[in-house]
Amino acid sequence: MIGYIDKIKQISKQILEDCKVDMVIGFRRGTVPMMNEPCVAKTEDDVDQFVWDGHCGINLANYLMGRKEKIGIVAKGCDTRNIVTHIIENKIDRDQLYIIGVPCKGMIDRRQVNNRFEGVREVIDQGDTVKIIGADFEEKLDKTDLLQSNCATCTHPNPVIHDELVGDPVEVPTDIDQWADVRKIEAMSTEDKWGYFDDLLKECIRCYACRNACPLCYCPTCFVDESTPQWVGKSQDPIDVRTFHFLRAFHCAGRCTDCGACERACPVGINMRVFTQKLEKDCYDLYGWEAGLTTDVRPPLDTYRADDPEEFIK
Amino acid sequence: MAHMGVESERIHFSWVSSAESTKFVRVVNEVTEAVRALGPNRRFVKSHGLDRQSYDEKAA
Ligand code: SF4
Ligand code: SF4
Repeated sequence: MIGYIDKIKQISKQILEDCKVDMVIGFRRGTVPMMNEPCVAKTEDDVDQFVWDGHCGINLANYLMGRKEKIGIVAKGCDTRNIVTHIIENKIDRDQLYIIGVPCKGMIDRRQVNNRFEGVREVIDQGDTVKIIGADFEEKLDKTDLLQSNCATCTHPNPVIHDELVGDPVEVPTDIDQWADVRKIEAMSTEDKWGYFDDLLKECIRCYACRNACPLCYCPTCFVDESTPQWVGKSQDPIDVRTFHFLRAFHCAGRCTDCGACERACPVGINMRVFTQKLEKDCYDLYGWEAGLTTDVRPPLDTYRADDPEEFIK
Repeated sequence: MAHMGVESERIHFSWVSSAESTKFVRVVNEVTEAVRALGPNRRFVKSHGLDRQSYDEKAA
C-alpha cells in the first residue's frame, strides 16, 4: 500500500510533465473516515494530494464517459474492466488514456467497521492489518475480516489493461465461489424468493446513489427519470422500487464487473448486487462471458451466434 | 423474473412466425391454461397504497 502511492505519484507527475495527459484522476483523502474521494490533478502540485489505501472503493471509470481530453487514471482491477467496457461502448478511446494500474488488495467495508465500533475517527490500512482509532480506543484487525463482500470474492484484482503497473501483480485466489449468494437465492422456493427481495429493498429510499455511482449507468436520461413515456412509477410503492432495481440490473447485464460501487454508495446499506450478480452468473453460465476482460470480443448481448442457448423459447 | 419470485409458469417465451397460425393458437392456449391454473397474480401488482388484505378484497 505504502509502496503503491509513491509509484502512483511518480508516474502521475511524469506523465503530466511530459504532457502525455491533461489530467490524472486519482483519490485524495475524504472528509470522513474511510471515504476517499476522486481527485482530478492537473498540475504536479495537485498530485501531492493523492492517496492510496483500502478506502478507494469508488470506481473511477465513472468519470471518463465522453471526455475529450487525454486522461491518466489510477485504476484497480475492476476499474480497468469497466474502462474496457467503456472502450467497447465507444465512451472513450484507448488512445486518450494512460492507465496507471493498481494490483488491488481489496477495499475495506466501512459498514462493517462502523457496525463493530462506535465513534471511529480514523482507519489506517496497514496492508495485512487495519488499525481502527476512536476517541478512546485503538484496535487492530485482520484486513481479510473487513473486506467489502465483492472484494472478498474478487477473481480479477489485477488490472486487465494498463500502461504501467504500480506493483507486482497480486496472487489471485482460485478456491472462491463468487456466486455463493446467488446460489442461495436460486435454491429458495418461489415464495421465499419474492419475500427475500421484498425484505432486501424495504429500506430503499430511491435516492439513486447506486445508479449514480455506477460507471455503466451513463444514459443521458435514465429510464427512471423519463416521463414520456413513464416506464416506471416514481413512488415508494414496493413494486416501483423493485421495478427500478430489476430493470437497472438488466441494463447492466453482461457489462457489470461487480466492482461494488453501488452497494458502497447506498446510504441505507442495501446489497442490490444480488440482482446484478445473478445476471453476471447467467452470462457466465450461458455464454462463458465475464465482462470487461478484453476489447477484442463483442459482449454477448450485442452479438448473435447460431448456437446461442434458447431452451427457454417454446 | 423467476429469480425474483414471479412464478415461472407465468413467464413464457415463444417465437411465432406470421405464417404459423396453428402454433400461435397453441401458444395462446398454453399460456392461458398455465396462468389460469395459477389463479390471479398477487405479485408484481401495485397495491396503490392499500395493504395486502384490502387490496385482495377490492380485487376479488
Ligand atoms: S439504469 Fe439503465 S437507463 Fe438508468 S442510467 Fe443505468 S443503464 Fe441507463
Ligand atoms: S442507493 Fe440504496 S437507497 Fe438509494 S436507490 Fe440505491 S438501493 Fe435505494
